[in-house]
Amino acid sequence: MGKFNKKKGGDLPAISTASLPDIVFMLLFFFMVATVMRQNTLNIENRLPAADQIEKLDKKDLVMYIYAGKPSSRFQSQYGTEARIQLNDKFADVSDIAAFINAERAAKREELIPFLTTALKVDSDANMGLISDIKQELRKVNALKINYTTRKGDALADLNR
Amino acid sequence: MAKRSAPEVNAGSMADIAFLLLIFFLVTTTIETDSGLNRKLPPIEPPDEDVIIKEKNIFQLQVNRNNQLFLKTGGDEKVIEIKDLRQAAVDFLDNGGGTGDDACRRCQGKKNPRSSDNFDKAIISLQNDRQTKYNVYIAVQNEIIAAYNQLRNREFEREYPQLSMSFVEAEKKYNDPRTPASEKENLKEKLEKIKLIVPQKFSEAEPKKSN
Repeated sequence: MGKFNKKKGGDLPAISTASLPDIVFMLLFFFMVATVMRQNTLNIENRLPAADQIEKLDKKDLVMYIYAGKPSSRFQSQYGTEARIQLNDKFADVSDIAAFINAERAAKREELIPFLTTALKVDSDANMGLISDIKQELRKVNALKINYTTRKGDALADLNR
Repeated sequence: MAKRSAPEVNAGSMADIAFLLLIFFLVTTTIETDSGLNRKLPPIEPPDEDVIIKEKNIFQLQVNRNNQLFLKTGGDEKVIEIKDLRQAAVDFLDNGGGTGDDACRRCQGKKNPRSSDNFDKAIISLQNDRQTKYNVYIAVQNEIIAAYNQLRNREFEREYPQLSMSFVEAEKKYNDPRTPASEKENLKEKLEKIKLIVPQKFSEAEPKKSN
């Protein structure tokens, strides 16, 4: 009955790797689409304070970012060590905020303007004088929705560090 | 001329190239969203009429340039630690010292006549120095929001025990884009009601200048 005694086993056929590039490309495209490159290069130190009663800030297209903090070491010779405001990629003055908000608003569709939020990304070591100047400017241009961006963590433990 | 066929390009290294790119994008990807404390600034036009507020309804906080917290409420003035602030704020808001029209049915506090009347009347006011550090300010804000959230959670659970979730969880669910619209509508109504019962009456004075 040699007819039925087919020899089984032997060498395993090699797995074809021809589709491997396709799989990898698929993953690649996923990550390319999902990647958000940092919008602004920070010229300042920006260690956010911690808080635990936080709400998420989704809808990134409706957020305007104002950064503030001590200039990072390579800018300190030029701008000193006092906390400063950064808008987009440049250092700015308090008086520039109104123009910045208006420019951001002009870039958005009109019906979205009331939903715009200003995210204040401020370094822990900044003092409140600067913040209240910023807030005063924001009130002048009627940008009243703000968000103090923080890390998630225990606010009290963060103070004692 | 002899006909030559174009040599075939070796595609074996394609996978390597693709992997290289993949790893680059893997490393640079950040799928995180920012989060923080949402607040609303008061409009710049001053209100038309002055509102008269009884002193007992104000929980007056001051942070000085040395990041110390000074509390003035219910005829009492003291220096307070930030860790005690949340409980002090809850006690103040929940006091329910009002009588007659101002009586507070929901409050569970001590009913001290020298402290706040009800949730609606109670105001927390915060004043900073220009030299106050930002992280201290955030910690104070965080504790005040925590105090409001604690009371809102309590009232939400009492009002809607069948939902078996807290106000904060319900709000999170409401803000989640994956929640279906019908449920959102339902939650919105409930959230608004609790926000009316325990309103956040929080005022910020302009910071003081110090030399």
